[in-house]
Amino acid sequence: MDDTMSQVSTTSADKIIADLYPRKFGTAGRIWTLVLLVICAIGAYAYYRQLRYGLEVTAMRDYASWGIYISNFVFFVAISLVGSLITAILRLSNARWSTPLTRIAEIIAVSAIVFASIIIIVDMGRPERFMNIFLHLRIQSPIIWDVVVISTYFVISLLLLYLPLLPDLQILTTDPEKNSGFQNKLYRLLGSFWRGTQEQLRICNRSIYILCITIIPVAFTIHTVTSWLFATTFRPGWDSTNFGAYFISGAFLVGGGAVLVAMYLFRRSYHLENYITTDLFDKMGKIVVMLALLYLYFNVNEYLVPAFKMKKPEEIHLHELFAGKYALIFWFAILVGMIFPLIMLLFRKGREPFPAFVAGVMVVVGAWFKRYLIVTPTLLHPFLPITDVPESYRRYFPSWEEWAITMGSLAGALLIITFFARLFPIIPIYETVTERSETHENL
Amino acid sequence: MENNVTSRRNFLATGLAAAAGCANCSCGKSHTHEAQDIQPTGEKVKLLSVDGEVIEVDRAFLKPVPDLPKVSNDIERRGIEGKKFVMVIDLSRCKNVGACKEACNHAHSLHPDHNWIKIDAMQDAEESAPYWQPTTCMHCDNPPCVKVCPVDATFKRQDGIVLIDSDRCIGCRFCMAACPYSTRVFNWGDPQVPEPLASEPYSCETSTPQKIGTVGKCDFCPDMARKGELPHCVSACPNGVFFFGDMNEDSVTNGAETFRFSELVRDKAGYRLMEDLGTKPSVYYLPPVNRNFPFEPKSENKEPTVT
Repeated sequence: MDDTMSQVSTTSADKIIADLYPRKFGTAGRIWTLVLLVICAIGAYAYYRQLRYGLEVTAMRDYASWGIYISNFVFFVAISLVGSLITAILRLSNARWSTPLTRIAEIIAVSAIVFASIIIIVDMGRPERFMNIFLHLRIQSPIIWDVVVISTYFVISLLLLYLPLLPDLQILTTDPEKNSGFQNKLYRLLGSFWRGTQEQLRICNRSIYILCITIIPVAFTIHTVTSWLFATTFRPGWDSTNFGAYFISGAFLVGGGAVLVAMYLFRRSYHLENYITTDLFDKMGKIVVMLALLYLYFNVNEYLVPAFKMKKPEEIHLHELFAGKYALIFWFAILVGMIFPLIMLLFRKGREPFPAFVAGVMVVVGAWFKRYLIVTPTLLHPFLPITDVPESYRRYFPSWEEWAITMGSLAGALLIITFFARLFPIIPIYETVTERSETHENL
Repeated sequence: MENNVTSRRNFLATGLAAAAGCANCSCGKSHTHEAQDIQPTGEKVKLLSVDGEVIEVDRAFLKPVPDLPKVSNDIERRGIEGKKFVMVIDLSRCKNVGACKEACNHAHSLHPDHNWIKIDAMQDAEESAPYWQPTTCMHCDNPPCVKVCPVDATFKRQDGIVLIDSDRCIGCRFCMAACPYSTRVFNWGDPQVPEPLASEPYSCETSTPQKIGTVGKCDFCPDMARKGELPHCVSACPNGVFFFGDMNEDSVTNGAETFRFSELVRDKAGYRLMEDLGTKPSVYYLPPVNRNFPFEPKSENKEPTVT
């Protein structure tokens, strides 16, 4: 820190530190946290009921054997890909403007992966047998591949969150008076070994660089393997060679949308107008346009090519999506999740903070329903007729427990992000300082 | 259940049992010894001796072989050596009586919502005739369910049977998604198994007792095969729709009639479901030609049979 920092005028560095220093929750922050905690508590109670009575408390039955837990899992895995997009892909392509967004993207990735793992355990009929996955592991099951790559991705994401944090931890510990006792303990625990020497910086930067390269194939793998949970089966709507690419493009889109939303909310609540600039919304908006076009392209492939042929098993499935009982959600996901935000963000005015935020919300909400459409309709359109089952087995609408657990998991992910932003600078201080000083020099 | 089986089935089962008993323990001596205190009934039954001769024995001399001791999980996972079980379902004989289902549900103490055998009302094309199609687990030779199981809870045995180890199943339900025949069911809640069965240890071969949070499906009744008896659905069907047997012996029987498997499938144009998927099922279907019964749509599939 010492060398680089000295090049910057102390005043501007101090201002950056003051601006970006973690702050106590205001009233809004407290209400927000409280609401999230309540939603989590309701979810936890619902899960207690599920543990007690079994998956019977859900609306899943033998045909709709996977429900919103699985679609929510796919959603979480998808949204976590944004970490690799912002941190790795943009960093490696020298798009320095993305620096203020790296930590936002990385904490979204980490919290999403945590809850993806939790929700998949929630979906298990016998969660207490979780260890069987390691005791009796069979490598040819795509579930095992998913376990391997998701845990790898989690570790890399955590490191990519942690390593750039080290210089910031040093800044945070310079004045213990400003922090609570818990914060000081935490900062010391995480970063007391960091001296900011040239050697440490070199190792750190080198590690970040290597991790950035590593995380790209791992990110592609986690979502490709997740798509294979479906594509390795025969079912209409899943039996597609397009699935890996389709899932990855959708994942990048929802991640981009989530970053737009998070940017706006952090900018508002922490008054970060000087750091999360309108220019940043403009650039991020353009990226989301590109991602939406990409996802739209894969959707065309995914739906229109089978629709052209109308093979018998696909026919019912596609009819129900296009014009049947899933039509409302289907067109909502296509229009609100892709086409409307795409059109909005095409215009400069649409890429201003608030409209971009709205577009981001549309992308994220649309994406959640899109995952529902990927999982449920296929299961309710089996090859053989649905026979010899009670009426309740023929359809699927999630029970309150499923909704509560799903909402609880979403709230939990937001809670991790909220607490993280309370404890650590959500915009990297050190990197912002060095970058601004470099820009000064270049001028 | 055991009481209302027909006499011809009884004959076959006991015959098989006696033959199996002799072959297994070579206990001819004890048989003759016991024979002294048995009063002949005068009713003769024909049996095939181990030397391949047809012999006549008085019914009184037939003694059911006691239940074989439970086999270990290891042996259950390996299967019965030298066997390759196969089923043939003759669609021309099915009128959706549902006795197969009832017998199966009862024998495995299934949850009232569950049926391992389902009888689909099928119609292949608009102009073609509808028919009833009972489906069991296909016991595929290239089983998609086994491929996706992360913990080896569902496995393929050397005798061709696909079974489930409910003591190991983690309840991820990937196998249910993978099975194109929708044959698998899940114990969403308590399976409501009556005592004392509920507290028995689980056996992969009997598939009982069903356990909460795990998958279940048709198991081809390997416990019956070990005893030399036919699966419950086969013996329960009043119309002889189901034929069961061993491909290596090239014979299948519904209890009353026995056919050479290869000839039956050849002469009656047997086929398997969804051949194009490459799953290689062990269940063959005979097309619904020259029906024994007309298709009666009024007997539309009832709600699940409660046993």
